[in-house]
Parts: sequence; C-alpha cells; structure tokens
Amino acid sequence: MDPTVIAHIGIILVVFVSLLLSAAAMVWIERKVAAVIQQRFGPTRTGFAGLLQPIADVVKLFFKEELRPRAADPFLFNLAPVIAVAAAFVAFAAVPFGAETTFFGLLDRPIALGVSDMNVAVLVIFGTASLGVYGIVLAGWASNSKYSLLGALRSSAQMISYELSYGMSLASVVLLAGTLSLRGIVDAQAGTWLGFIPKWFLFLQPFGFAIYAISGIAETNRAPFDFPEAEQELVAGYHTEYSSMRFGMFFMAEYINMVTVSAVATNLFLGGWHGPFLPEWLGGGWVLAKGLFLLFTYVWIRWTLPRYRYDQLMQFGWKFLLPAATLNLLVTAAGVIYFGY
Amino acid sequence: MLFYVFGGLAIVSALGVIGQRNPIYSVLALVLMFASLAGLYVVLDAPFTAVTQIIIYAGAIMVLFLFVVMLLNNPLEGHSPYDRSHPLRRTAAGRMGGVLAVMLVAELAWGLSRMVGAGAPVAGDVAAGAVVSSVREIGVKIFTDYRFAFEATSILILVAMIGAVVLARREEATR
Repeated sequence: MDPTVIAHIGIILVVFVSLLLSAAAMVWIERKVAAVIQQRFGPTRTGFAGLLQPIADVVKLFFKEELRPRAADPFLFNLAPVIAVAAAFVAFAAVPFGAETTFFGLLDRPIALGVSDMNVAVLVIFGTASLGVYGIVLAGWASNSKYSLLGALRSSAQMISYELSYGMSLASVVLLAGTLSLRGIVDAQAGTWLGFIPKWFLFLQPFGFAIYAISGIAETNRAPFDFPEAEQELVAGYHTEYSSMRFGMFFMAEYINMVTVSAVATNLFLGGWHGPFLPEWLGGGWVLAKGLFLLFTYVWIRWTLPRYRYDQLMQFGWKFLLPAATLNLLVTAAGVIYFGY
Repeated sequence: MLFYVFGGLAIVSALGVIGQRNPIYSVLALVLMFASLAGLYVVLDAPFTAVTQIIIYAGAIMVLFLFVVMLLNNPLEGHSPYDRSHPLRRTAAGRMGGVLAVMLVAELAWGLSRMVGAGAPVAGDVAAGAVVSSVREIGVKIFTDYRFAFEATSILILVAMIGAVVLARREEATR
C-alpha cells in the first residue's frame, strides 16, 4: 500500500483514540480542578492522584441499566446520542494540529497533520457545530418528558442565538487571514512583531477572541450558559431520561466539543503550532499546551461563575454580543482595507 | 457513482418528507435530503456551496422548523389523514398547491429544454467547476455580475423580516 495512505489512516486512528481519551482526561481534569477550587482533594483512591477515576466512571456507566421511558419514541431516543457524539467527532476532522511533515523522511512528500485538509475548514466546523444541536433537540423531544423538552427548546434557542456571534468572530479572523482554510490561518500567524511578540490574531482581535470564547462556551452548553441542563430547574435537562452509556455518549460529546472549540481557538487566535523553543516537528506540543490551557480556563470559569438567568442570556446574546460582534467585523474589514493586512 | 448514491438518497428522503405522518420525522427526512444535496455539491466540486447548504438549511432553518413543530404540534395524538379539517384538504389550499405544482412543472420543463440546448451538462466541465468553487471567485461574482439579484434578494428578505415582526406585533396587541 502507498505509505501516504497508511500515514493518513494512522492519523485518523490516532485522532479518534485521542479524542476518546481526551474525554476521559477532561473528566479527571474537571473533577480535580473543581476540587482544588472548592478546597477539596477530588478523586485520590483510584490510581495515582485518582488518574484511573475516569475508567472507573466508564465501567460504572457500562454496568448501569439502560432505561427508556415507555412513552418515548424508541428510534429517535436511540438515535439522538449517536447524532450528538458523531457531530462532535466529525467537527474535529477539520482541525489541523501540526505543520506538514514527512515523518523523518519516511514519506516521499510531506502530508498535513490533521484528518482532512479542507479549504473551507472554518465553515465545516461551523456547520457541524450547528448539526450537533439535533442530538440535543431530538433527545429532548423523543424522551417525551417535560423537563427534557424544556431543556431541548432552551438549547436550540440558545445555540441559534449564539451561533450568529460565533460566526461573526470567525469571519473577522477569516478577513485578517484572507483564507477559509485553518491551515492557512495558522500559517498567517507565523513569525513575530519586533522579534518577541508572536504574530497571533489574539493581539489583533482581542474582542474577536472574547466574542469567540463567550459564544464557544454557550455553544457547548457549559456554565455559565448551561441552561439546557440547569439541574435546579430542569432536573438534568435534555438527558433527564437517559441512563447508562447513552448518557455517557452525551457526556462524551460535550467534552469532545470542548476540545474542538479549544483546538479551533488555538488555531484561530493563538498561532496554532507556531511557538518558540520547540522545533517545527514538535509543533503539536504547542497545540496541546495552548489547548490544555484553554480547557483549564473552561473548567475554571464553570466553577467560578454562577449561571445566568435565561432572559439575561437571551438579552446578552442578542442585544450586546451580536452588535459587538458586528461592530468588530466592520472595524476589522475597515482595517483590512486601509492597512492592507 | 457517488452522484447516484446521493441523488437516490435525496429522492428517497424527499419522498419521506411528504410520506410521513409524524411531522418530526418529516423534518428529519428533509434534513437528510439537504445533507444528500450537500453531498451532491461536493461531488460536483463545489465544497463552498455544500458547506453553506449544511450551515444555512440543515443547521439553522431546519432547527427552527423542528423547534416550531415541537412547540405547535403533538404528533403522538395522531390525526386521521382523511380528516376534513386537515389544511391540505381544504379547497383553497388545494387550488394554490395546484397552481404552484403547475408552475414547478413549467419551470422544470423550461430549464431542462434550455440545458439540452446548451449541450454538455454542467457537471462535465471540471475546469469551470474548479473556478466556481473558489470562495473568492464566488464573492467577486456576487458583488459584480450578480449584484442586482443579490440586492433584490436581500431587500426581499428584509421585507419578509419586517412583515414577520409586524404580524407578531399585531397578534400581541389584540390579545
């Protein structure tokens, strides 16, 4: 077989397995960071520093009984978690995580590190993120329970509202880079200003980054925007009726979506695999480090900020975030025209 | 080969949209049809159109559809297809639908006759497809060659939006 094909299959397998593992790792990070913030120890018994806790969690989920309400729609009830998790995996297919490499001369021509190198990668990620909402909406509807339905309705309203600002912040970066390819956007951030400031779009687009981060948190339904599963009001929102591994799939989808949002933010605003000290073939290390920092911030925000009220969320999204994002896009466009970045 | 797979899927799911009793399944079949249309666009070497199709139709509009269907309708109650009060059985709706169907057939015939006149099918010209699929090229074309159609469409959408706001307001005032 052609070695390039083998390398591509290898990359796909590595990405698939590391996404699965990243969900487990995020469970551990979430529990540990939460514990530290609340002055507890968190998991300590399973393995060193509780590192095996996620595995224990998964085993527990597997052995739980699969429940399905009698009034539920069986086909859609089973389909919904699959849609959620599949959309999460597909979105990461468009995310590159390293420069082109020949794997130390093993290949004749360099291949790109990443499942797929699309010239419309930004739009693909945007599109699959908007498809993920089907998993939540169908779960809420198919469960035939009022709490699930309320959670699903809230989530679709929330995702539609915040998708607009999300798209606007993506568009301002696309304007700066002049390309829709994530690889092209990362390469536009190579080098430094004045020799020591990295040419990250974060410094050109501080508001864009803030808007991206806020709407990214809202898109992944994380606190302080976790209304679809607000436990005080809705029991557990859209996954109230789910148990065992079906619930586990929703859980996994949420964490994989967080990983994708962080990885995309790394590529869009933080220079991707460009960074000092490390040689280029280790650029993936920079992606990992920056992504981990963003993921830590995600967890940090969750355990620091209280949840918004629902009407506040809608007001904030439509009356502040969207105008701010539009203004940011217009200013960026004017800047690109006048300074010709 | 892939063209026929996606084309067949699109036709089957389109039939599913009108064949389903349960409106939720109809909406989902429509989503599947949009997805297979996006697949067709990819086969035709127009990834930008494909992704836009997914974002706008499958991602935004159909979610709203689902939202509305979930809010308005409880399909589990089940209604008879022979129900006299079903909106599609009313004569006015039937006439309107008939007019629309005749228009659709006429447009299809007109379009097909033009395409036969043009000779080669659009998908055959790979070089032209490669140019059309470039985002930059599409942007330039929209804002130069097709600017009248673009502006007219945006005014149409604006009118529809204002109309929706006005209708929603009036309902609130009378309550």
